[in-house]
Amino acid sequence: MKRFRKAMVGFFALGGLPLAAQASARGAVMPFLSPGNTAWVIVATALVMFMTMPALGMFYGGLVRKKNVLNTLMQCFITLAVVSTLWVAFGYTLAFSDGELIPGVLGDFKWAFLSGIPPDALSPYFVSDPGGRIPHLLFAMFQCMFAVITPALIIGAFAERMKFSSFLAFTVAWLFLVYVPLAHMVWSTNGWLCRMGVMDFAGGIVVHVNAGIAALVTALFIGRRRALKAFPPHNLPFTLIGSAMLWFGWFGFNAGSSLAADGLAANSLVTTNTAAAVAAIVWAIADRLVNGKATILGVATGAVAGLAAITPAAGFVNVGGAFFIGAASSVVCFFMVSFVKARLGYDDALDAFGCHGVGGLLGSLCTGLLADPEIWKAYGGGHAGLMYGNPRQFFVQALACAVSIALALVGTALILKVIDLLVGVRVDSTAEAMGLDITQHEERAYTVIE
Amino acid sequence: MKMIVAIIQPYKLEEVKEALYAAEVNLITVSEVLGHGRQGGVAEIYRGNKETGNLLRKIRLEIAVNENYVEKTIEAIQAGARTGEVGDGKIFVYDLAAVVRIRTGERGNEAIG
Repeated sequence: MKRFRKAMVGFFALGGLPLAAQASARGAVMPFLSPGNTAWVIVATALVMFMTMPALGMFYGGLVRKKNVLNTLMQCFITLAVVSTLWVAFGYTLAFSDGELIPGVLGDFKWAFLSGIPPDALSPYFVSDPGGRIPHLLFAMFQCMFAVITPALIIGAFAERMKFSSFLAFTVAWLFLVYVPLAHMVWSTNGWLCRMGVMDFAGGIVVHVNAGIAALVTALFIGRRRALKAFPPHNLPFTLIGSAMLWFGWFGFNAGSSLAADGLAANSLVTTNTAAAVAAIVWAIADRLVNGKATILGVATGAVAGLAAITPAAGFVNVGGAFFIGAASSVVCFFMVSFVKARLGYDDALDAFGCHGVGGLLGSLCTGLLADPEIWKAYGGGHAGLMYGNPRQFFVQALACAVSIALALVGTALILKVIDLLVGVRVDSTAEAMGLDITQHEERAYTVIE
Repeated sequence: MKMIVAIIQPYKLEEVKEALYAAEVNLITVSEVLGHGRQGGVAEIYRGNKETGNLLRKIRLEIAVNENYVEKTIEAIQAGARTGEVGDGKIFVYDLAAVVRIRTGERGNEAIG
């Protein structure tokens, strides 16, 4: 879990669990609003917002053909708007409240429209600092940005061929049927995976494995794009800049996930930057060895794969762990994208599954291997992985990944099937050939002659 | 020798290419152009204002062929580009006075293919 614990004894009754005992022992500290922590998490929230749009929009937008760039950017932008509204309305309360609409899986409506959360209320959730809290409203908004980027990641799989209306319906349904329950299970103190002690620091399972599997299902369901051969990216500078902006935003994603401006945040910053850097270098080397040249698309993809993989591990592993996760994610994702995808023939257009799904899965399992208890010593926890004498953790991680895969697989397939029966998921072949910019939005990104 | 120039709908390029390859016409120059024939123009919306009468995006193909390939090429272009709607485009055929292959200096019929 993201190790959210509660400070105020009895705020959420959790009786009897080791986690609760630990929390109440430290809960002797009277919680107060920490200006430092609050300032950092406000910045981190902005950084995570920046990841969806413009960062992911540019990363994906550069990879598509120029007749589809507006549609791709639009999908990222409108996801930010749609999920933001749904999250404050019902998403946050269903994911994070202590009510039990479905025990262990879904909260209730007590915080619908964030009512009942006054500005001076302290966040019941904390990670490393039980005393210095952030406002509860801020925690809800920080989580909002995670809920935004997760469905946005899936865009990479169905790029260049999905109806805009069906895409909107898909995003809304997927948020409530797949993302919200999984976030509750893994991150809410009432979630059943959380209670088992799963470690997902910043969303390797909830965000990346989840979106990655949904991407694979969508790519298989919607089918291949029509064309003679490969699809050249229309603007690699866009993609590289987008990748660098994702790297930048990821500092908020991972270091912000300690919910405090402290040493754990610094540890996450170090591991995040290191894994991204190692992954980019390793991808460049793999490119050079296999294809003859180090490529721009290669380093952009490698960095993102490394970032996805370090996400669940950022606050649990040391620098050595970050080196290993960065290198391993690059090698494995390179193999998936270059060979397995071509061999199996599914058209995951922008490698949402190949990078995020595979990277996230690898990172989540590696967290169970490489979590170093030294890192949590100062914060009253002891999160050890298999390599540090706690084999159970690896199995908990594997179980959480399996649950995420199962939920994303079934939920995504079900949603797509229903939408396909009602209105159809894919645009017709003429619209696909003409491009989604002009057919879905009646706009064009570029002029030929002014 | 003839020069065949065709103006087609951009989204039909893939199909025209497939048809040309099937007819073993492999040498082709493609450019992106603007223009319109009888059909007015395209509608685009910017901040709520629908703008019509804009020049349309088209693709221009240029293919130099020997006499025995002229009909095959025309047929392939027509098969690939035709939708039956206004705006499908036109095919122009010119006489070609000379062809020189720069690398070898070959001229005429050998230089074409």
